[in-house]
Amino acid sequence: MKPAPFVHHAPRTLEEAVAVLGEVGHDGKVLAGGQSLIPLLSMRLASPAHLVDVNGVAGLDAVEVTDTHVRVGALVRHAGLERHDGAAAALPLLRQALRNVAHPAIRTRGTTVGSIAHADPSGEMPAVTVLTGGVVEAAGPRGRREIAAADFFTGPLETTLAEDELVVAVRFGLLPAGTRTGFVESARRSGDYALAGVALAVGMDGDVVTSATASFVSVTPVPDVLDLGPALAGRSVGDLPLDDVAELVRSHVGPESDIHAPADYRRMLAAELTRRVLTTTTTPTEGAA
Amino acid sequence: MTDAATEQLLEITLRVNGVRRTASAPARRLLSDFLRHDLGLTGTHVGCEHGVCGACTVLLDGEPARACLVFAVTAQAHEVTTVEGIGHDPANLSPVQQAFAECHALQCGFCTPGFITTITAYLDENPQPTPEEAREAISGNLCRCTGYQNIVKAVVRASEIVREREEETR
Amino acid sequence: MTTRQVGEPVQRREDPRLLTGNGRYLDDLGLGALQAAFVRSPHAHARVVDIDITDAWELDGVEAIYTWEDLDGRVGEPLPVLIPHPALTHPRTGYCLAKSEVNHVGEAVVMVVARDRYVAEDACGRIHVTYETLKPVVGLENARAATRLVHDDAPGNVAANLLQEVGDVDSAMAAAPNTLTLELEIERSACMPMEGKGVYARWDADDASLRIYSSTQTSTGVRAAVAAKLEMPLAKVEVVTPDVGGGFGVKIMHPWPEEVLVPWAARRLGRDVKWTEDRREHFVSSAHERGQLQEVTVGFDDDGRLLALDVRFWHDNGAYTPYGIIVPIITATQLLGPYKPGAYRVEFWSLYTNTVLVTPYRGAGRPQGCYAMERTMDAIAAHLGLDRTEVRSRNFIQPDEMPYDQGLMFQDGRPLKYDSGDFPASLAKLKDLVGWDDFAAYREQAAREGRRVGLGIGCYVEGTGVGPYEGGHVQVETSGRVNVATGLTTQGQGHQTVLAQIVADQLGVRLEDVHVTTGDTRRMAYAVGTFASRGAVMSGNAVALAAKVVRDKALRIAADALEVSADDLEIVDGVISVKGAPGTSIDLKTIAVMSNPLRYAFDTAAQAATQFAGTFDPDKPPVADDDEPGLEGQDFYSPTQATFANGMHAAVVETDPVTAEIRILRYCVIHDCGVMVNPMIVEGQVHGGVAQGVGGALYERMVYDEGGQLLNASFMDFLVPYASEVPHVETDHLETPSPLNPLGLKGAGEAGTIPVTAVIASAVEDAEGFPIRSMPISPAELWELRRQHSSVPVALEGAS
Repeated sequence: MKPAPFVHHAPRTLEEAVAVLGEVGHDGKVLAGGQSLIPLLSMRLASPAHLVDVNGVAGLDAVEVTDTHVRVGALVRHAGLERHDGAAAALPLLRQALRNVAHPAIRTRGTTVGSIAHADPSGEMPAVTVLTGGVVEAAGPRGRREIAAADFFTGPLETTLAEDELVVAVRFGLLPAGTRTGFVESARRSGDYALAGVALAVGMDGDVVTSATASFVSVTPVPDVLDLGPALAGRSVGDLPLDDVAELVRSHVGPESDIHAPADYRRMLAAELTRRVLTTTTTPTEGAA
Repeated sequence: MTDAATEQLLEITLRVNGVRRTASAPARRLLSDFLRHDLGLTGTHVGCEHGVCGACTVLLDGEPARACLVFAVTAQAHEVTTVEGIGHDPANLSPVQQAFAECHALQCGFCTPGFITTITAYLDENPQPTPEEAREAISGNLCRCTGYQNIVKAVVRASEIVREREEETR
Repeated sequence: MTTRQVGEPVQRREDPRLLTGNGRYLDDLGLGALQAAFVRSPHAHARVVDIDITDAWELDGVEAIYTWEDLDGRVGEPLPVLIPHPALTHPRTGYCLAKSEVNHVGEAVVMVVARDRYVAEDACGRIHVTYETLKPVVGLENARAATRLVHDDAPGNVAANLLQEVGDVDSAMAAAPNTLTLELEIERSACMPMEGKGVYARWDADDASLRIYSSTQTSTGVRAAVAAKLEMPLAKVEVVTPDVGGGFGVKIMHPWPEEVLVPWAARRLGRDVKWTEDRREHFVSSAHERGQLQEVTVGFDDDGRLLALDVRFWHDNGAYTPYGIIVPIITATQLLGPYKPGAYRVEFWSLYTNTVLVTPYRGAGRPQGCYAMERTMDAIAAHLGLDRTEVRSRNFIQPDEMPYDQGLMFQDGRPLKYDSGDFPASLAKLKDLVGWDDFAAYREQAAREGRRVGLGIGCYVEGTGVGPYEGGHVQVETSGRVNVATGLTTQGQGHQTVLAQIVADQLGVRLEDVHVTTGDTRRMAYAVGTFASRGAVMSGNAVALAAKVVRDKALRIAADALEVSADDLEIVDGVISVKGAPGTSIDLKTIAVMSNPLRYAFDTAAQAATQFAGTFDPDKPPVADDDEPGLEGQDFYSPTQATFANGMHAAVVETDPVTAEIRILRYCVIHDCGVMVNPMIVEGQVHGGVAQGVGGALYERMVYDEGGQLLNASFMDFLVPYASEVPHVETDHLETPSPLNPLGLKGAGEAGTIPVTAVIASAVEDAEGFPIRSMPISPAELWELRRQHSSVPVALEGAS
């Protein structure tokens, strides 16, 4: 299990990276954390002729917290974002979700932006991106552009990113004050890809729910947002219609069967995990934004 | 596709266990292979080459990373610590290594270097773990021999040894 | 008096080396050797029509490419049937490289030798093999139906069919007041050592000899097999087993194609050649185990006593049978566990499928047998409304019935005769440890909290320490260093420590002076291998016997020198002295000097031993006619039969009422392996065994699709448990020494694994209230079973 030969490009600036991608993008891949890519290369399930290794590109490793968003550069590792207290304070969902990404030794190398660009339906961070109304900042030979999360993911491992474009950063939108968030997933082994997972954001006024949205891991072909508001808005914490919520989830998700669990089990699991995370998230003292 | 025949060799320089090491290797050389075969540091073991088992875990700039999921060229100019860097003298074990010996936390020893590096870094951040925290800390590494119980014990014991040694040198 | 070493939890001698990156595993050797890689069949069943290697030759760094056509002499003949058996009427083995047909995905077709593994894999990618695909036979149901055949000349896909019967089952069954029939299933798993296989061969052209390093469980076996295949004198082939990163059975199978091909290529090329198996190769070209379908019919009285047991099972042996039918034979015989079955009949069919071959995996057929028996015990208890331990207890062989002959032939061709064990005592300890009698209260309390829990139990007897023999060689150097060699290999069991403990005691030397070598044919040419929990029993007793030879010789020489009777001497910490008169003493190392009269003096010790040193009798030869120079000796241990270890496990599980996730809350083990040489190491073996058992019960399985593709050939999808999935194991021990060997040992290596699948099935069944008949079980499968049994309580599903 050794990768096939490739030409290694090590741009030092974003401009260089964009330029080299413009030349080889049709036959190349961007290498950042590499935690998903390198296994594919070693198994020779992918053998691009060029790797554009952006690890040496200056200026892509910053986490910026503003009044409206947390902006995460392309070289920020999951572990770095997980540790970032400012980001966790502004958007607790980030840390809640990142703790579920693989194992710590993967999180030290894997980049949050990379996992979003990879667009694996079983990735945690794509689900967070859509739930927070995130924006993907891309750069390419035709210049820079911003892509709303809802327009970014098009299918399993598919996005609207062009092959000669690079994701420079992702901006996660901050949630309105008072929003509580939760993240839960269930995997066969700890650290494995989840059989199902849920990211949840609940707007609260006292103990009354004002809004609720969820996005899912491993049970939808592309991460998207389910509005639970119709079932939950106006209901108080002690009186949440959990069965209705579960039903909404069941009818929203569309999981695939695989060797670890059939679709109907995953559907049940997504619904049940939503019930549970809704309960814990709305319980006072937990998940306050 | 580039042929191996024309494959370009790169001079790759890393700082390994505190020493500058240079070797020439193709860009596709995995860090695990570079350490083992180009630098002769065979303490880092390769168990799966797809990042799941953790046997090849080294510290990259002090943080645990799977050496099979990093190209050597990407690690250029970075600091790598292998099990040899944590302790290479059988008569002079590091706290984690000593705890492993005391607690019978290894059997075949193949996965062990990945545990040693992982736990060494973990204890730097979490000097007094509970057994539950210790178990979680090692849950990214596979061991087929021990059933993990004695490794959990060794993590806790290692934290004691660190303190014992600190007191001795005080 | 020095501390007796046997029985002490001494720290392992091998650890400081292994902990500091100073271990030497196969791939750590031979830096700069050429590396091999293989083109392996992508099809489960196909004819090889054409192989085009021209593109591959163009690559720089490719040194050789071999297909079956290139294999000369016996290398081109089929691989050996290692363990023939009269019931194995249709044995089939593959070739080192496929000749004209491939029978499983992963079978080696072309060998490439290149500068490094990267280039070797590049070349493999450029080799174009044309196949004519054939329909494969996948899964036991299809193998049994035999509408298609794996091997055209093996009708019904049957490799072997064996029936054993003790008593008259039909009459006993007919007369039984109660009968039950259980259909059971257990799926494929695999050893999955963290280090795969590997071979490194050095051809010495000047000496016309081969030195082979292999990550094997038998160096003598590999040596003999390679010498035979390469048609070389045995004396010109040496096999050294370096540090081995786990075996668990898969490395006792030999010779693997690569073990023949790598030395063959090294000789042919006159270069060092190495092959290190990667993980994907290990999944598709090493060995699997466990897969069986079972049908148990049992007759019993109203107290739950067995009257008749009729077992039929179908064993998936994969594409070939190089290791014979050891696994199903063990299932058939060890199934009986600690029980008296009444009349017993067992028949199995070992069937071919187009999948990876099946050879022993830790437990080797016992987990399946234990599963069949223990599922049956639980079914009887459920049928009669009796406590599950009560039913077991009533069927136990009693301590005063030992030795107990089950009337069957065991895997070693010898009678299945239990030597020892106290099953009622073990059960009492287990019930105590797990709190069996208090569980009902715990269950009620859990139910009040909305939690669902279950308690499971499993008992087993394990034939360990099978023959035919192992040897020990002990040598005392003039420095006082004691070199011990035994031929069997080590994969983490701590033999360097355990055998040193035994020799230290037997010889009377300090532990730190004893240095043990295993698995090196240069040091011990006669050996069998490491399997069947036989290391401590066989080599432990062998080195003890060898140490006694050396001790007797040392005492004889010392007695002469000190002019006392040997009976009055003792050896403590390497010093021989007169009992009760410690002033009169002589060092063991001095005896080593005296035992070897020398012509040449090369150091002070040698000087003291030259022909001109000291006094001698000119009428006697320097070495007596019945003596040999040197303080060393060798002996072999060869028992008449296996020892029988036993144990009992219990587990408490919790199953999520909605998601059906299964969590092991407690896992308790009572273990009896006779005398424990090193209790710390025994505990470690139990922990590791249980963890592998948990993998087999809840996580691991080989998932083949209908086309014979292994769908989960990676650690991402074959779920070896992490620490997060393995419970803390609570242990207690019973030591009933084996009467069969001087040390009272029974084996401990496999024990932990054997009953786990049975125990977890029992516990899940207890939690859920419906029968569990197929293992392993995943949450999704349990959830589906609940749907089938309509047992999902609506109240629970709706609760928050």
